Amino acid sequence: MRKALAVGRKEFWQIVRDRRTLMILLFVPAFFLMLYGYALNWDIRHVRLAVMDREHTAESRELLSSFVNSTYFDIVASPGSMAEIEGLMNRGDTRVALVIPEGMTRDMRAGRVAYVQVLINGDNANTATAIFGYAQAVVRGVSAALQLQLVGGRDFAPPISVQPRIWYNPELQSTLFLVPGLIGFIVMISCVVSTSLSIVREKERGTWEQVRMSPIGTPTYVIGKTIPYFLISLASAFLIIGASMALFDLPVRGSWLLLLFAVSAFLIGALGTGLLVSTLVDTQVLAFLIGLLLSLLPTFVLSGFIFPIASMPVPIQYITYVVPARYFLVALRGIVLKGVGFGVVAPELLALGLYSFIVLGLASVRLAKERG
Amino acid sequence: MPAVTVRDLTRRFGAFLAVDRVSFEVETGEIFGFLGSNGAGKSTTIRMLCGLLKPSSGSALVGGIDVGRDPEAVKRRIGYMSQRFSLYELLTVEENITFFGGLYGLDDRALADRRAFVLDMAGLKGRERTLTRDLAGGWRQRLALGCAILHEPAILFLDEPTGGVDPVSRRQFWQLINQLSSKGVTVFVTTHYLDEAEHCHRLALMHTGRIAALGTVSELKGTFNARAVVEVRTASPMAALRALDDLPTVEKTSPFGTALHVWLRPGVRDTEPLQRRLEELGLAAESFEFVQPSLEDVFMDVVAREERAAV
Repeated sequence: MRKALAVGRKEFWQIVRDRRTLMILLFVPAFFLMLYGYALNWDIRHVRLAVMDREHTAESRELLSSFVNSTYFDIVASPGSMAEIEGLMNRGDTRVALVIPEGMTRDMRAGRVAYVQVLINGDNANTATAIFGYAQAVVRGVSAALQLQLVGGRDFAPPISVQPRIWYNPELQSTLFLVPGLIGFIVMISCVVSTSLSIVREKERGTWEQVRMSPIGTPTYVIGKTIPYFLISLASAFLIIGASMALFDLPVRGSWLLLLFAVSAFLIGALGTGLLVSTLVDTQVLAFLIGLLLSLLPTFVLSGFIFPIASMPVPIQYITYVVPARYFLVALRGIVLKGVGFGVVAPELLALGLYSFIVLGLASVRLAKERG
Repeated sequence: MPAVTVRDLTRRFGAFLAVDRVSFEVETGEIFGFLGSNGAGKSTTIRMLCGLLKPSSGSALVGGIDVGRDPEAVKRRIGYMSQRFSLYELLTVEENITFFGGLYGLDDRALADRRAFVLDMAGLKGRERTLTRDLAGGWRQRLALGCAILHEPAILFLDEPTGGVDPVSRRQFWQLINQLSSKGVTVFVTTHYLDEAEHCHRLALMHTGRIAALGTVSELKGTFNARAVVEVRTASPMAALRALDDLPTVEKTSPFGTALHVWLRPGVRDTEPLQRRLEELGLAAESFEFVQPSLEDVFMDVVAREERAAV
């Protein structure tokens, strides 16, 4: 233990003096958080809308003001022809156009179904889907109100009405959903890369050989070496959780102790992955590439960070079982957004523990082999 | 009891025989040199003696302990310093000492004592807080030596310790090694600097995994006693070398610095035919001189003999 502490102290001095490592551990996470936190946002507001109103009746004006009042749309143009709409769309001046055809009011008053046309730029499928949803909601709302007026009775109400309540994220801010994923993503990358670099660097410089000549077991050395990385990464993780609370209004509804526990379990798995990488390669360049590849892609694509796992093809869903961030994200979202207790996230914590156990086991086997 | 006893030590890497049935003994307090070109098997032998590599067969007792059986116990008793001065460059002088003391499990009191000793020995008093990166080569080398003897090992292994260090620092380094040896520390050193080998009490010349010659420096040079070596200085040494090589009284020739060394056949002392041949060709020699063979001569000769034997 004394020896492990000596190693840990030495490693800590090295990290503090080596600006590159310190950057990877502290500032790169904060930088990523700002960059992605503001850039990754699916909420669409103030969509530029072009309106071609052929009616100019009370009903058509009511429809238009509902679009504006929803705050999702800003009317930026009033084209007079389809050709003009096409021009606006092609130049990117508008993303969506609303066409109120002649006869809409007449049809409505006559109790027939009236049609309005919504033209959406589909070059970005996600945005188009969202705009379509907003437009439909606005039209449906106006349509229900007008129907009531037509029937003429104040006492009439639609037979069934939905009263939605969105829990945990009432305003459906995508940031709240994304930030926990972002935390996992950042912590994973900085941990895997910095740990794998630290050991491979010693191999390159020859200090690894010197240490192996001394009476310290490889496990003791590795434990000593990971202690400072664990502590610094833990501090860094809580730093970005704090920053997310300040910048993105991330609530932490659950217990901080449970959060500490979940973050620690995830960190140990990430450090183990870095260790495993360092036992497989002998140059820093290769360690950096493999570490990045192993941490970045799976955590980004296969963890449920951006793409829901449930909508992936089944074989790929199986692959996600070996991505530790998958479990961490479920646990983290549960703890910070829902405020769930230990009982609920226990399966995820268990999975993280199992992952750590396996990678650390593999790394020890590899290290033992190196002793020749 | 000898400090190191090696019997038929062998190490294979697949089909390649890196060390082939090597046997020797090193006495306590002796400075024992291991000489050989790259790939001769020096490093593999040292790594086995230090407990890093398991021998394929044969045995080695280091400080009375069998390295094949208990490598960890061997590591506690030896010090090791390698060609690359494996210090941590981002650590200060003091931090490096503290770290290596910690690796060997020194307690605080022992560490304080040894730290003072090492700082004094390496001439680093007052520079405790300098980053190792900023030290000049000679200081760095002495600090590396200091870190290797923090735990007062009975046997010290130096693996090509003076590469890339200026001559003055090298001499200071060898003074330190001699002091250690006089206090009873056994020093086992590998080198391919032949002038350095002259500091050793005894030398083993290694070639293709075997010990080709073993003895004191003067014993090894003595193997040349039967033959005379003439150092010839001339304006065009390469032409002279070719001209002298096929004389019947000459065994062989080799370049030596800007001069040539000419080995005469056993019993021959006469340099007349050499001078005549050079005059015939208009390659007047500036000087003709009988010289003591250098270790380099011995080494080249041993290698050549081994290679002839292998054919």
